[in-house]
Amino acid sequence: MRVHAKRALALVTGLLLPAVVMADWTMNMTPGVTGTSNQIFSLHMTILWICVAIGVVVFGVMFWSIFAHRKSQGYKAANFHENTLVEVLWTAIPFAILVAMAVPATATLIEMYDTTESEVDIKITGYQWRWQYEYINDDFGYFSSLSTPRDQIENRQAKGENYLLEVDKPLVIPVGKKVRFLLTANDVIHSWWVPEFGVKKDAIPGFINETWTRVDEPGIYRGQCTELCGKDHGFMPVVVEAVPEEEYAAWVAEQKEAAEAERQLTQKDWTLDELIERGEKAYASACASCHQPNGAGMPPAFPALKGSPIATGDMAAHIDIVVNGVSGTAMQAFGGQLSEVDLAAVITYERNAWGNNTGEMVTPKEIFDFKNKE
Amino acid sequence: MADQQQGKRSNSRVIAWCMAGVVGMFAFGFALVPLYDVFCDITGINGKTSGRYEAGTGEQVDENRTVTVQFLASNGPGMTWEFRPVVRSVTVHPGEPMTVKFFAANPTGNDMVGQAVPSLSPSEGTLYFHKTECFCFNQQPLEAGESVEMPLVFIVDPELPEHITKLTLSYTLYDQGKPVEVSGPATADTITNNNG
Amino acid sequence: MSAVADTHNQEHHHGPAKGISRWLLTTNHKDIGSMYLIFSFAMFLLGGSMAMVIRAELFQPGLQIVQPEFFNQMTTMHGLIMVFGAVMPAFVGLANWMLPLMIGAPDMALPRMNNWSFWLLPCAFLILVSTLFMEGGAPNFGWTFYAPLSTTYGPPSTTFFIFAIHIMGVSSIMGAINVIATILNLRAPGMTLMKMPLFVWTWLITAFLLIAVMPVLAGAVTMMLMDINFGTSFFDASGGGDPVLFQHVFWFFGHPEVYIMILPAFGAISHIVPAFSRKPLFGYPSMVYATGAIALLSFLVWAHHMFTVGIPLAGQLFFMYATLLIAVPTGVKVFNWVTTMFRGSLSFEAPMLFAVAFIILFSIGGFSGLMLAIAPADFQYHDTYFVVAHFHYVLVPGAIFGIFASAYFWLPKWTGNMYDETLAKTHFWLSFVGMNLAFFPMHFLGLAGMPRRIPDYALQFADFNMVSSIGAFMFGVTQLLFLFIVVKCARGGEKAPAKPWDGAEGLEWTVPSPAPYHTFTTPPEVK
Repeated sequence: MRVHAKRALALVTGLLLPAVVMADWTMNMTPGVTGTSNQIFSLHMTILWICVAIGVVVFGVMFWSIFAHRKSQGYKAANFHENTLVEVLWTAIPFAILVAMAVPATATLIEMYDTTESEVDIKITGYQWRWQYEYINDDFGYFSSLSTPRDQIENRQAKGENYLLEVDKPLVIPVGKKVRFLLTANDVIHSWWVPEFGVKKDAIPGFINETWTRVDEPGIYRGQCTELCGKDHGFMPVVVEAVPEEEYAAWVAEQKEAAEAERQLTQKDWTLDELIERGEKAYASACASCHQPNGAGMPPAFPALKGSPIATGDMAAHIDIVVNGVSGTAMQAFGGQLSEVDLAAVITYERNAWGNNTGEMVTPKEIFDFKNKE
Repeated sequence: MADQQQGKRSNSRVIAWCMAGVVGMFAFGFALVPLYDVFCDITGINGKTSGRYEAGTGEQVDENRTVTVQFLASNGPGMTWEFRPVVRSVTVHPGEPMTVKFFAANPTGNDMVGQAVPSLSPSEGTLYFHKTECFCFNQQPLEAGESVEMPLVFIVDPELPEHITKLTLSYTLYDQGKPVEVSGPATADTITNNNG
Repeated sequence: MSAVADTHNQEHHHGPAKGISRWLLTTNHKDIGSMYLIFSFAMFLLGGSMAMVIRAELFQPGLQIVQPEFFNQMTTMHGLIMVFGAVMPAFVGLANWMLPLMIGAPDMALPRMNNWSFWLLPCAFLILVSTLFMEGGAPNFGWTFYAPLSTTYGPPSTTFFIFAIHIMGVSSIMGAINVIATILNLRAPGMTLMKMPLFVWTWLITAFLLIAVMPVLAGAVTMMLMDINFGTSFFDASGGGDPVLFQHVFWFFGHPEVYIMILPAFGAISHIVPAFSRKPLFGYPSMVYATGAIALLSFLVWAHHMFTVGIPLAGQLFFMYATLLIAVPTGVKVFNWVTTMFRGSLSFEAPMLFAVAFIILFSIGGFSGLMLAIAPADFQYHDTYFVVAHFHYVLVPGAIFGIFASAYFWLPKWTGNMYDETLAKTHFWLSFVGMNLAFFPMHFLGLAGMPRRIPDYALQFADFNMVSSIGAFMFGVTQLLFLFIVVKCARGGEKAPAKPWDGAEGLEWTVPSPAPYHTFTTPPEVK
């Protein structure tokens, strides 16, 4: 009994300790790393201090009355109840203060809206619940999803340093260049936010929004989706890696090559085990948030795949659902979101995981043919 | 008693006025929809480009100025078509008509209908972007396996504010289901008009 | 209408009916007021327990108690229940009890409608709460129910939610019409508009706001209903609609709505502060004009909730300036209260404690509101815990403390007994500390980058969240003490005189405590 208690205690401390050690007491907004975020920060501080000053005066008078004008101390009440001069003054002075606040705010806002002369354009699309980044001038793009393991979220494993703020593939941008973001969304409204850039903009389905940033310091910057977008709203972080220009150019070249290689992979001869291995990863990033890592789903919205007639029955129907989605349900069409290789891998994985031991596999080539003939 | 008669009468009057207010505000809530559309047409604030533009004959081409127009294509949820601009961007002189094409292909085994919904950024430029011909004016049916290149003819207004040098036109393609042979033309028109 | 008036006349001749029918069929403003207040407190506890679930989940990083789907249902229902179930009915309850007493009227102008408008509320909330047990769960899209999350992607229970909102809207509108008719038609002879007590004034303006915006909300949810069930595309881009339009319509309702939740409290505080300062209210006319100005401006600022949706520059600037302007009349009110206290003869019974806390904490909420109004800075604050801190600072010390202050102030009039002052002061101090502990750290969380409406968060937010949860539990548990104090007061205690507060002014203090079932059957004369 006592051994169990000790073990439980050790486990609890083990789980809690990192949280306590890593937590901090940050109280203020970050000044950030861009011109915009610096300006916002100084606006924020200016107005904060103006408010503090007004507060000190007003509450000062109030506390003076509370201490000095008490009935228990025998203070006799005065009987005045109007004074035109004072009333005009305390209407006019706040008005003047507000004008003083509005001037720098207007200047900052005008600058934030100036998206001209950008050097890199990136299209950002919000999906439930991940971001898609497309480098529209270079013809490649990818999805960026949360990479924090489920075990950390469900407290079976100690939480890592960047818990919930880490992704499989961050957005990469060059330092010192004006980067323009074009935002839209596929399903519901999302909002793309990186506090250190001072950039937050809603991604609205069917509409395009734009904003920009210029980062001068290389580094990894983290943010989150800030518009409630459903179940996993808290689990779609934004991670941006700002790299020096040469590194960025090399990275772009590499990505273009990889996109080409991906197309090649379609032609390769895959084995069942290779597909399952790849499928497990693709499943974790694209499917697990709804259908769960153990395939049990969350009925009724997200049905179980484990032992389901779809995942164990007719292959064509299974491919059709994954590729084309099911209209009117939460099941999206993944045909355009995943490569043929990943589609084949996911489907093969689903047909062989969690006791769905059909032993069947589908190759990327077959998916390709399916998409083209259908 | 006389007082109460008075009270009764004015109660009904208050109720009548209040109910008029309630009905009026309920109607106003709905009126916000067309009002918002009109407001957006006038100001272009939501980036939704307006309907067919009848080109005037004496359109002045501003040779000294160029504007980059960038094209984006996205698919709505569940839309399986391949959809992309044929060229990524073009550079035009304001006032000059320009034709570009978007490619769409229906890889599925079903006949389908798509509707493209336009959005322009920055929204300030919306007023100065005129489409004389656009695939988005109508729904686009595609048979199984069919593909199409869809035209868009536009003119950038010479009045476009100086500080705008780049316009981004984005289309989102939505699945409108199967083609309906005997659908009421009224419905189709309504949808089409909304999408201008 | 004559039928209503007849019933009304007959009722002057007997006391309350016995048993359940007294409550079901009553047209007496005091009974209906009590029912509103009791209902509102029940909803306050229900919405509060949902807040406890939220804070328990956020006590530590990681998912411990509830899953994200249920968490979203909790945040949504907490918001809806607190706004429409706790705060608004509490003010209608206060209006029912106090307006006729303050203007020297025998009852509300439309007593039978009064009964209907109350009984619609439990029906609406029964429907709303029942969605928790439906397949797919309760609404999970936040109390602001932005499309398309609430339309195309909403749970099946959304239709019931819409129906519930409609019923609440009808109830609020009927209540508002009643208030307007009462104030305009039933004032005692001699009570001109500019002699009306401020609570009456603020409620009159609130009622006009209700009539102006509740129908717009009804319109918004009707459009949602049509989008969901009848294939229209008001808010759906694929059919030519615009999701941003929803936000415009919603906030056209939503911004005046937040003033609906605060103006009656302004009125009540304007009675309590002079009463315990033993000094007349400073600047009565400017209070009235300021309230009117706030109400008018509230129609011009809605898009400050939408600075990040991509409104063009000119729009951003307009809404920023208009929002900043609201600080002027709000400032006037605060200065007036402080000046009323200045050189008064102050004592600090529970109503005054809550009123003073109201002024200080509401001002803090006002300051953060000013910061949020600065559009560029709002890009950093928007949809973070800074916003959560802001509106809880405005609504908890604003609306809720305002209601507590009013309740303690008028409890002797309602029950005929004095409440237990020691317990009430304990209630105040525990609430005050709990509330600040719960909500002040949220400012820091938001500034440090924590988005709102998330069930789990990064590790750097852990400590302040734990503090905040502890504060919230403290505040939550303390409210049971309030229940105890009120029940104790209703059952007995030191007998209250007609005017238990020596500095209080107004017609309500001229009738005995407890106020008889029928008061002012002959109107008093106001000089």
